[in-house]
Amino acid sequence: MAGQGTTVATAPVETARRAHVGNGKARALIGPGLCTFLIFAVLVALGALIFPSSYFYRVGTLVWINTLAVTGIVVLLGYVGLVSLGHAGFFAIGAYATAIGPNYGIPSPLAMAGGVALAGLLALVVGRPILRLSGYYLAIATLGLGMLIWMVLSKEAWLTGGPDGMTVSGMNARNLFKLVGLKLKSAEAWYWVAGFVAAIGAAIAVNLANSPSGRALRAIHDSDVAARSLGIDVARAKSRAFVISAIYAAVAGALLALANGYITPETGGFMHSVEMVTMAVLGGAASVFGALVGALILTALPQLLTVFADYEHMVLGAIMVVTMIAMRRGLVPFIADLWNRRKS
Amino acid sequence: MSLEIDGIGIAFGGIKAVDGVSFTAKPGEVTSIIGPNGAGKTTLFNLVSGVYRASSGTVRIDGRDVTGLPAHELARCGMARTFQNLQVFPQMTALDNVMTGCHMQEKSNLLADLLGLGPARRATARSRDAAMAALARAGLADLAHRPASEMSYGQLKRLEIARALVTGCTILLLDEPAAGCNAVETREVDDLIHAIAEEGKTVVLIEHDMRMVMRISSHIVVLDQGRKIAEGGPEEIRTNSQVIAAYLGVHGAAEAEAAAHG
Amino acid sequence: MSELLQFLISGITVGAIYAAIALGFTLIYNASGVVNFAQGEFVVIGGMTAAALIGAGVPVWIAAPLAVIAGMLVGVLLYRLAIRPAGQAPLVSLIIITIGASIFLRGAMQAVFDKQIHRYDGFSGDAPLRVGGATILPQSLWIIGGSVAVFAFLAWFLNRTRAGRGIRATASNRMAAALVGINTGRAMNLSFALSAAIGALAGVLATPVTFTSYDVGVLMALKGFSATMLGGVGSPLGALAGGLLIGLIEALTAGYISSDYKDASAFIVILLVLFLRPQGLFGARIMERV
Repeated sequence: MAGQGTTVATAPVETARRAHVGNGKARALIGPGLCTFLIFAVLVALGALIFPSSYFYRVGTLVWINTLAVTGIVVLLGYVGLVSLGHAGFFAIGAYATAIGPNYGIPSPLAMAGGVALAGLLALVVGRPILRLSGYYLAIATLGLGMLIWMVLSKEAWLTGGPDGMTVSGMNARNLFKLVGLKLKSAEAWYWVAGFVAAIGAAIAVNLANSPSGRALRAIHDSDVAARSLGIDVARAKSRAFVISAIYAAVAGALLALANGYITPETGGFMHSVEMVTMAVLGGAASVFGALVGALILTALPQLLTVFADYEHMVLGAIMVVTMIAMRRGLVPFIADLWNRRKS
Repeated sequence: MSLEIDGIGIAFGGIKAVDGVSFTAKPGEVTSIIGPNGAGKTTLFNLVSGVYRASSGTVRIDGRDVTGLPAHELARCGMARTFQNLQVFPQMTALDNVMTGCHMQEKSNLLADLLGLGPARRATARSRDAAMAALARAGLADLAHRPASEMSYGQLKRLEIARALVTGCTILLLDEPAAGCNAVETREVDDLIHAIAEEGKTVVLIEHDMRMVMRISSHIVVLDQGRKIAEGGPEEIRTNSQVIAAYLGVHGAAEAEAAAHG
Repeated sequence: MSELLQFLISGITVGAIYAAIALGFTLIYNASGVVNFAQGEFVVIGGMTAAALIGAGVPVWIAAPLAVIAGMLVGVLLYRLAIRPAGQAPLVSLIIITIGASIFLRGAMQAVFDKQIHRYDGFSGDAPLRVGGATILPQSLWIIGGSVAVFAFLAWFLNRTRAGRGIRATASNRMAAALVGINTGRAMNLSFALSAAIGALAGVLATPVTFTSYDVGVLMALKGFSATMLGGVGSPLGALAGGLLIGLIEALTAGYISSDYKDASAFIVILLVLFLRPQGLFGARIMERV
């Protein structure tokens, strides 16, 4: 079988969607993308209802930002079956552009857009040669790319502040809400913005899965050769997926920079790339709901385990190994299967 | 459109897997490629459909040289194929498998796809209709929503035919479409191929079932060890002593005989 | 001239370390088809264990073998607890499993030892020897000698011994190997144990020169990878040559271009190799059958 090497442990997109996007009628009526957006919106609001303090809002913001970045991984890994170990590089490009822009008189929104465009452009340029590779070769090429970006961020201290990182000045989400007469704390404002963007990101990814382009991507996942025989330009389709996922990462990075007000080169480090992929496979790389569940668990867990900070690496590593051995398709499909089996 | 193969060949590490093979497949006819295992039949398909790059020879579609075009561009020239050892999309449903075959007809851009705009939805709806029709034609309508990973070998063979049909191809390469099918299913596949050719499509068939080959082929090309050893109508091939020696054997010749008269 | 010689010496020294790591990669890859992202952790286990033992007053000639044995045990555990249970997992799962194992081991090292940087004295003292206009540490000779010895041992072991031939047979076709009576499970255990031992040995030898700490494993693994890729995945000779080349390129980059970007040179080499010649210097092209 072709693609044995690249066949990711992912659930059929169909199954995951059917199990988690309510019933089919609602989807047919308003479309799967809008349906996903509404579910995410409800979850964002639910969080706001139960959060007792700014600290929770800050963690919640992080969850949505990670969900957004991981949705990009879902497009690349879950839909097409391509593994990237360098996506933190794109994340960091978005973050640093947003941080550096205001220092040179470029307003935050423009700097953000510039960073996202830069990440997309870089993905487009390096994507063509890199995506000819598959399996281990692709993993290592993306890893090398990510490391190079990380090195530039750590070494060019005049621009990036070096290993110590840099503060981010400029935009505050509070002001957005002030425009419509809402007075929110800064942490709350960023929570809503991050949640809103993550919901849009999820809707777009679901739209894609159900579209002609998305079917082409999923076809490549299952059989490269068959996809070609149907007239699908595989190189072009892969390149598009790579650019889309880089843009997701860069937008998430820009949001993080603004919401945190501070960034370090570690946002572009190997560990962060690995975390993103781990979130995707833990939740289930085939669906945006997997991205959400993975991001939620791996963002909240370290907060709960602060007393065990010394063991954080061991816990993360163990989760990666155990997930891949015991539930290869991730938590969401795993639980969906259990649920379906109980019902029938 | 006619498919003209001229002196095509490829070598793997010094071994000529296909060596200077020429033939022409005409529209409205079934041209069969037969020969013993390892004769180079599937390799020939891979050369023609752009999976491998030929080291010699040319492929023409209606006189236009398409040698060396990548597989997806050949598909855009109207060539579609099925695979000997199955290349379905196991994680998709049967319907989604066939809908993917509509890719070239889907006029929707990436932006519309991402935002779920009208063009994307309409393209999807049209593809769904076309795919359902093709599934019905291949006798798989009942299984439309079944994941491909849960279908039988014979069903998957027909799924691949349905998927190839919706591409709107004019040239169809079928690699052992009846493998794994029982007698009834074989008969159905047989009728389906016959009907496809009747529509004026150019069908090229690799098949081991001699009854089927003799029944539906207008033209037969015999390969042995990468070379063409004979070519002609069913009658000619059945009685060709070289073909009997290399491939058919006495039993096969008898079976082919039975098919001709049965 | 003496400056160039100095760069070459330091390049060959670190290159020999990378070569040893690359040989470890190659051994596991050949036996199991797994690219083990945790390979760098064996180097750290070797270095940290030796440093802890020597720090506790154990003589080096006892500490070094113990550290190698510790690495070997972890290698076998890695195979039994993480790789074998995964069975015929898709490649992406295997990548994530070995990265997970590497992160786990890093965390474990931090918990068992500490976050400090460690070193101990060179085996034959730290007085530099003069060669031409340059100097060389006696420990560098240990490192280079160690890598050459590992290569020679592997060549002998894989070609001349029954157990080694078992590994090669398992690598080329596990099913067929099992059918002709080779204990493929033992071959896999053995290759992980040996590979880990090689990594740990590299760590033990390198620590007096390069120092070690709980978190250098990732970088070590990546350098070892670059070497493997450059030489051609699966080829022991390629691993050796690739390691030395990466070491030299790195030392020359640090010497003549920028020491900030010496680590970058390895990744630029990987990317170039992947674009221009994915099979590496000594690898063979593989064609997919449809």
